[in-house]
Order: sequence, then structure tokens, then C-alpha cells
Amino acid sequence: MNTAEFDTLVIGGGASGMAAALSAAEEGWKVVIVEREEFLGGILHQCIHNGFGLHYFKEELTGPEYAERFSDMVESSKITVYLNMTIMDIMKEGDGLTVYGLSMDPGMVRFKVRAVVFANGCRERNRGNIGIPGTRPSGVFTAGLAQRLVNLEGFVPGKECVIVGSGDIGLIMARRMSWIGANVKAVVEIQPNPAGLTRNIVQCLNDFDIPLYLSHVVGKIKGKERVEGVEVIPLENGIQQPEKMFSLECDTLLLAVGLVPDNELARKIGVELNQETGGPVVDSRLMTAIEGVFACGNLLHVHDLVDFVTEESSRCGKFVSEFLIGKRPEKQYRTNPGKNVKYIVPNYYEGARENVFYMRTLIVKNNAILSVKVKGTEIYRKKLRHIQPSEMIQFSLKEEDFKLIKDKGVMEVSIE
Amino acid sequence: MKKDLICIACPLGCRLTARWLNESAIEITGNRCPRGEEYGREEVVEPKRVVTATVRLKSGFLKRLPVTTKRPVPKDKIAALLNRLYTIELSAPVIRGEVVLDMADDGVQVLSSRTVKK
Repeated sequence: MNTAEFDTLVIGGGASGMAAALSAAEEGWKVVIVEREEFLGGILHQCIHNGFGLHYFKEELTGPEYAERFSDMVESSKITVYLNMTIMDIMKEGDGLTVYGLSMDPGMVRFKVRAVVFANGCRERNRGNIGIPGTRPSGVFTAGLAQRLVNLEGFVPGKECVIVGSGDIGLIMARRMSWIGANVKAVVEIQPNPAGLTRNIVQCLNDFDIPLYLSHVVGKIKGKERVEGVEVIPLENGIQQPEKMFSLECDTLLLAVGLVPDNELARKIGVELNQETGGPVVDSRLMTAIEGVFACGNLLHVHDLVDFVTEESSRCGKFVSEFLIGKRPEKQYRTNPGKNVKYIVPNYYEGARENVFYMRTLIVKNNAILSVKVKGTEIYRKKLRHIQPSEMIQFSLKEEDFKLIKDKGVMEVSIE
Repeated sequence: MKKDLICIACPLGCRLTARWLNESAIEITGNRCPRGEEYGREEVVEPKRVVTATVRLKSGFLKRLPVTTKRPVPKDKIAALLNRLYTIELSAPVIRGEVVLDMADDGVQVLSSRTVKK
């Protein structure tokens, strides 16, 4: 078996992994990226639509363009990249970490490193996760898989299509299926509000006269060999109304029902997971409770914009660098979600430096107020023009904000 | 005459109303910024969208090449554009930003959004 030594190993060569690797390599560290696919860029390559990069590059790019800007930077850096390689195991050994990667060529590699960054993104929730009853015919796909089949492999998954879930992935796929000549019969959403951006409702549904059934569920899948149709049931006050059920004929059902961080490896090494995000619990420097193991990007929590993934992951690379030179944070305190807040990341803060936070709200509101309190004393307040659960909120606390605190302790973030 | 619209210039999603004052003068209300006014006017005069698709690719590496229109395209020209794109076959190498289809009469240019070396 080959053995290779690096300062840092980054798991995943998508938007997150590339940004983390580049930012650590910039500080002069020996960095390796291990990527499962045969190219860098991850999920961006199948996201052929535009709308990426508005924050980071100040221009509107497609997914592949965004990916390539970063893979070009990786290629011209000193970062080592292993493609077509899967990480099989990771363990603490001595002062560092040992990671085993497997590929056809060069086979098994043992990496001896001082830090590991988990940047291996999400998986899609599937039929099993939402428990749709009925038969088990072919023609049921998760939306991201269908996107991959259409945009990378060049297959058409079906001709008459119903989509479950109105998040951005479901909406983007409604337009994509329409543009490849399929007939999208409906998008079915369990919640009373659309989960995706309004601009995507307009561009991806209204432009094609695709009906959106809010407060509805798919109650049953019909068909023997192939999907023949679905039964759609309205909800009233959260309760199914079976007598109002109607059927839609279709040969394809796309499930856009959410993403979950791909945390099997992280769990294996004993990283504690956050119940709300499904990602690891991390400190103010994006390090898990296991020394030298960091997490960023969609593996940490699901982002809605890749620009934020890049920002967070670049920051993670700098934290890795600080860790490698032996810098350790001052005492840290918990950050807790308060009223109307679903989650906040990271799960700890430290008072002596700038802290950047990402969070999601539970409510839809215009002119909301974000308030940060430490032991009951408000240290930060921000007006937000428009908030909704599908849009991540970012804010940062500067060193001087913490000077207002006399008695440090748990921080609570709420929205009213 | 009037028409209700939802602005797509940014995530706020303002509800706009376009009112025809006469043949050519249109008043936009409900917008919270100048971009909303611009969007509303264009949306009722000549609505446009950026079109992204894939085209067949001869390559040892990738079967479909992702492409994008250089600028937003009038909505009524999108169907014809897609039909053209689905007849095209390209061969690697292709570089990002390269023009893969030029419909000069319609002012539509389609660019590769990925580099495929072989």
C-alpha cells in the first residue's frame, strides 16, 4: 500500500472542498483533495442553469462556469488531487489522523495527515424518507439524480412528469424537463408556502403554466412495471382530505424533498451531529469535537447559494491553517437558536475575534429584527427586509460587539 | 389595460403592476427599486430569459456539453433555439466561453459553459 503525508486532507472536490483547499494551500501548507468523481467541481457540473456567483464574482454564472473558475485555480496551485477515489476509513493515530482512500489506480492509499476537512456535501432524501405508499415501479427518481441523467449522461428520464417538492431543485428540474420536451403535469408541495425562491416560481413554473399544488401530498404511486400515475391528496390544517383526492397520469415522479449532509464517515470517527442541520457540531473555527477534524459547505449545513459555501469553506481553510501552526481558540461558549430560529452555525463563539454566523428562520416576514443576546443582554441587532425559511441569513459579530458583554456565556439568537 | 407581475430581479419578489397610459407609455408600480421598474417594463414589452441547455458532444470524457445564451433571449424565440441546439453535435476539445451557435439574425449567441479537453 502507498503511504502519502500531507498537512491537510480535504474530502470532496466540489465548491466547498476546492475553496477550503485553496485557502489552506495559500498559507503554504501541503494539501491533498480526494474526490470520488473523475473531475473536480462536484454537483455544480450538473447545475447547468445560471444564477451562481452573484455574490462572490459579482456576475451571473452557470454551475459549470463557477466550478471551472475554481478547478483552474486548483490546477495552477500546488494542491495534490486524487480523482476517482473514495475515502474508506479515517482514524485518530498518534498526534494526527490516518485516512484510507481507495481507487482503481493507484489502489489503496494511506494518508498520514494533521488535519482533515469534511467537505463531501449532501445526499438527497428519497422515497423511503417520506414514505410514499403504493407500488414500486420504475420511473421514480430523486430530482438531483434526474438532473444528472439529463445534464451529464444525456438520458431523458420520462415524458409525463410530476414533481414532489417546490424547493429550488424541484423548480429548476420542472423547467429543465419542460425544455427537453417533457410535459410537467404539476409540482406538489406539502407546505402552504413554496419552498423555493419566488423568481424560480416565475421562471420555472409560471413561464410553462405548470400548476403548483400547495398543501398537497402524493398519497400513492400507481403502476406495475412503470409509473402510471399518482394520487394527490389535499391537506386542510395539516390533515389529509382523502375524499378530495385526485389522480394525475404520469410516467415519471421526481422527488425534490430535501438534502441531508453525508455524514457517515464523520459519524464513524465519532463526530457529534447537530439534530437540526444533520451536520457535525462545530466550534467557532469550524472544528468538530475531534481535534484536527473540520467541516464546511453542505456537509455542515445545507446552503442555498454556492457563494456562501465558498465563503464559509475559505474561512475553514484559514482555521485549518491556524490549527496547524498551533493556535488554539480562547474559551468558547454555545450559540443557541432562540425564537423563530431553526438553527445557527457554528455552534460556539469566541469573544476575542470576528465571528461569522449562518442561520435559518422558521417564519416568512418583511422587516424582521434579528437580535443577539448573551445572558439576556442584547449585543447586536439587525433589521432584515425580507426573511423566509428557504433563505439563509448571514451576520457577523466584530470584536467590539463582544466588549458589551460583562459576563460571557451562552448566546441566543432570535428573530421577531 | 393593466397586468400583474412578480419581479424576478432579486429574491424579494415584489408584486408589480404594469399600466398602459397610452400606446407606448407604461407605468410600473409596486417596485421597491429601479431594477424592478426595468424588469416590469421589459416583461410586458418583450420578456426575455437566459436559456441553458446541453448539446451532444463527441468526447472520451463527457456525453453532453453544458451551454448558455450569452444574453437573455426573447421568450418567443426559446423553442426554436432549443430545437436548433438539440440538432448540434460538437467534438472535444471545447473551451469555456467558446461560441457554439451563432444565430446572428436573431442576435442570439450560445456559449460553452465548460472546458472539455479530450
